[in-house]
Amino acid sequence: MATAQSRRLARWMSMPAIIVLLLWMVVPLAMTLYFSFRRYNLNYPDRQGWAGWNNYYYFLTDPAFAAAFQNTLVLVIGVLIITVVGGILLALLLDQPFWGQGIVRVLVIAPFFVMPTVSALVWKNMFMNPVNGLFAHAAQAVGLQPIDFLGHHPLSSIVGIVAWAWLPFATLILLTALQSLDREQIEASEMDGAGFGARFFYIILPHMTRSITVVILIQTIFLLGIYAEILVTTNGGPGTQSMNLPYLIAVTTTQQDVGGAAAGGVIAIILANIVAIFLMRMIGKNLES
Amino acid sequence: MTNTARALFGACAVVALSTAAVTAETITVATVNNGDMIRMQSLMGEFNAQHPDIEVKWVTLEENELRQRVTTDIATKGGQFDVMTIGTYEVPIWGKQGWLVSLNDMPAEWDADDLLPAIKGGLTVDGELYAAPFYGESSMVMYRTDLMEKAGLSMPEAPTWDDIKAAAAAMTDKEAGIYGICLRGKAGWGENMAFLTAMANSYGAQWFDMDWNPTFDGPEWKAALTDYLDLMTNYGPPGASSNGFNENLALFQQGKCGMWIDATVAASFVTGDDSTVAEHVGFALAPDNGLGKRGNWLWAWSLAIPAGTQKEAAAKTFVEWATSKEYTALVASKEGWANVPPGTRTSLYENPEYQKVPFAAMTLQSINSADPQNPTVNPAPYTGVQFAAIPEFQAIGTAVGQQFSAALAGSMTADEALQAAQDLTAREMRKAGYN
Amino acid sequence: MARAVTPQRKATVTVLAWVVGLVIFFPILWTVLLSFKTEADAIGTPWHVLASSWTTEAYATVQQRSDYLHHFWNSVILSLGSTVIGLIIGIPSAWAMAFVPGKRTKDVLMWMLSTKMMPATGVLVPIYLIGIKTGLLDTRTGLVIVLTLINLPIIIWMLYTYFKEIPGEILEAARMDGASLWNEIRYVLTPMAIPGIASTLLLNVILSWNEAFWTLRLTTTNAAPLTAFIASYSSPEGLFFAKLSAASTLAIAPILILGWFSQKQLVRGLTFGAVK
Repeated sequence: MATAQSRRLARWMSMPAIIVLLLWMVVPLAMTLYFSFRRYNLNYPDRQGWAGWNNYYYFLTDPAFAAAFQNTLVLVIGVLIITVVGGILLALLLDQPFWGQGIVRVLVIAPFFVMPTVSALVWKNMFMNPVNGLFAHAAQAVGLQPIDFLGHHPLSSIVGIVAWAWLPFATLILLTALQSLDREQIEASEMDGAGFGARFFYIILPHMTRSITVVILIQTIFLLGIYAEILVTTNGGPGTQSMNLPYLIAVTTTQQDVGGAAAGGVIAIILANIVAIFLMRMIGKNLES
Repeated sequence: MTNTARALFGACAVVALSTAAVTAETITVATVNNGDMIRMQSLMGEFNAQHPDIEVKWVTLEENELRQRVTTDIATKGGQFDVMTIGTYEVPIWGKQGWLVSLNDMPAEWDADDLLPAIKGGLTVDGELYAAPFYGESSMVMYRTDLMEKAGLSMPEAPTWDDIKAAAAAMTDKEAGIYGICLRGKAGWGENMAFLTAMANSYGAQWFDMDWNPTFDGPEWKAALTDYLDLMTNYGPPGASSNGFNENLALFQQGKCGMWIDATVAASFVTGDDSTVAEHVGFALAPDNGLGKRGNWLWAWSLAIPAGTQKEAAAKTFVEWATSKEYTALVASKEGWANVPPGTRTSLYENPEYQKVPFAAMTLQSINSADPQNPTVNPAPYTGVQFAAIPEFQAIGTAVGQQFSAALAGSMTADEALQAAQDLTAREMRKAGYN
Repeated sequence: MARAVTPQRKATVTVLAWVVGLVIFFPILWTVLLSFKTEADAIGTPWHVLASSWTTEAYATVQQRSDYLHHFWNSVILSLGSTVIGLIIGIPSAWAMAFVPGKRTKDVLMWMLSTKMMPATGVLVPIYLIGIKTGLLDTRTGLVIVLTLINLPIIIWMLYTYFKEIPGEILEAARMDGASLWNEIRYVLTPMAIPGIASTLLLNVILSWNEAFWTLRLTTTNAAPLTAFIASYSSPEGLFFAKLSAASTLAIAPILILGWFSQKQLVRGLTFGAVK
């Protein structure tokens, strides 16, 4: 249908977006690449020069690197599992008819509107604090020893905080998918005597696959860059137990080591793109159809 | 150009000039969010009354965040701040870099000679004073007199670590929610490492030997860390690995700590209105081990002006006001003598009104007993009591702090933490080109 | 919807749904409750918190310490500004990709999304240096530019998936009838695209409002939004639960209310093309 003229028009129309994004990607990326091979520490403005692969060497051999790499994956995958499974269950629940649907939906989506810094502060102090937190009070009320969440289970605690914030997003998208499901199909299967399990695995789940991949794609983009929640709650510790890649790079930045942070940035971009390619393949397959 | 046009033009120029003179000059002050700084923000009305031509904008941040923001800004010459709140760690390093404006030309009324010598020395590089101390602090033991009495003990004025252990054991009553001792556990060179480095000094340990090799593999560090961990595991509060100054302050104010070894400035908070135990707080010098060094530090939050600011004059006016004797008097008249910023001026400690404050004498004694020039039992290549004044320390201190915090949380043993600290410090020093 | 539901079943679902909803919402509810307590009461046991008297003292302290309205307006300007500019750049691009797809359209879209994976912490210093050179540090302009750029991929992706759902035949029919491009956009496309644009707008306002890395690192006072406001309460100082709660409530209330009122519009376009 597209004529040559409309093609030309279309090209012009998408130009601004492509150009600004290209600039946004290329300029910082070029600068980061350049700095990653420089010896450049803000503490020593006079000691500058080419560093060869030194910055990469020190970033990759940082004792915290392996832990950070692993934690980044655990964070992303942990949150994805909780939000997708939780989101499906919540969507199934909210899809049922009940009194007060509107209000309950409002309650459920609320965490999505809370800034990450606020949610981390609230969870850390008002809930997980082992002396004054609500969980500690609850534990003491039933005679248990309060759990030191951030001291003993730092990564799981952060996964929990982040999952709380993203659960509404997954729920909303999955609920919309569920509501678009053909009712007659379900009813027909009910008539045929299919149990809930069969209905779920053969009709509902396949119908939601595309939505699930979208949830995974969008969330992964945001989860790879988690920083504020870690900064507020554990600072990556104790030890390196809750350090992820963005936080490790931030730590390198604290050392005023621009070169080292840039090398870390390049490595993180490469890793993120590997994840991206993997994801795109998966999403692409699901979205083509 | 016609005459009218010229006249108009001239008039405009005059108007422009005169408005420029009347409109307030705005300076941006970066500061840390602790009690004395917040108090100053509420007293800004007085400053504005005296200097209507200067408007002060505040950026109040948590300590680590502040440090990152101002360091990035000053090193890249960002020019975002006209006055920065920095400490005795940054001043010597930044002064040497030429990043700060010298304050040697402050007016005579400001009285630089009145500053406490230990504090002033820490803020001076090659004879130039690079920052004005807002408050100074050392560390000391704060303890509950009522609990000590109940346990049948008394705290000596200059306790040893053994005294502290005995007192912690006697006061702990976990059933009642009372923990014998609260100490910093949150990772950070200015958090747990400030305490642990000072403590290690009194055990004869030090960060580096004379060749800049880390010494975490020595018996002194091991003894210090083991004692710290024993104290905290047996008598400390749960979740101690995420407690810093502020968290411990809250615990002490609620009456949950028997002892707390921390900054002397905390004294006015634990005896203040917010404290439920204000009546029962005693003070003692930081403990020692008979080796000639006590486990107390020295710190001064100070106001400095970055070189290259466009508003140097206004910034100096503000710094002069905020660190003057008049400001002290102002706080005293509004909030009482116990709440004035402590630890910077000799005249304050000579003031008979201030001498009535229960913690005044102990604060001065603690500050005077710290020696940043010779912090350790054996000679060391660095200065600074609870830190080594080299640019790399911030990163190394925090990384080592993470290890010790992990040891406190129980996910590592003391030996593993010390080994990790030794390795990563050696690595960072190699990377920085020391050896 | 002719499903017969027994009253018992409806009652059970009602109870279950309300319990789950309240559990999820509870942290926010608790924060709001604590914000109306004195510091001493806020730190007590839950029973004590509920039983003690109410006060707006914490709000007064917060307001005295920081200028809420200044930060609030900055948040409004930054999130709206970046979203509107993002839409202006994004709508033509998404329209072109949806209706005149080329061979590379999919790749371009994926590439756009991948720019969002660049770790912000790694490029901070370069961006800061650019900020100094251009004098855009701590200006709303500078921050609007950055926020627009980081959200543009999501904007385009959302619009693209929405536009793709609009059947091309309708456009062709209109074209056959001799409608000009302008009329085509005005009478056919716009009414069908409005819901998608509205929900894109809402989602991006939310994302920009809550963005807490660049808004903290590139501002000091002039352009500092509510994320900076909350940051100044982030480390405790003495007893602080009530103050922290009050500041948190103030920071999230506007966007929470907006979100609640517009949730229908938000949800309508939030399918990312996943629903057929």
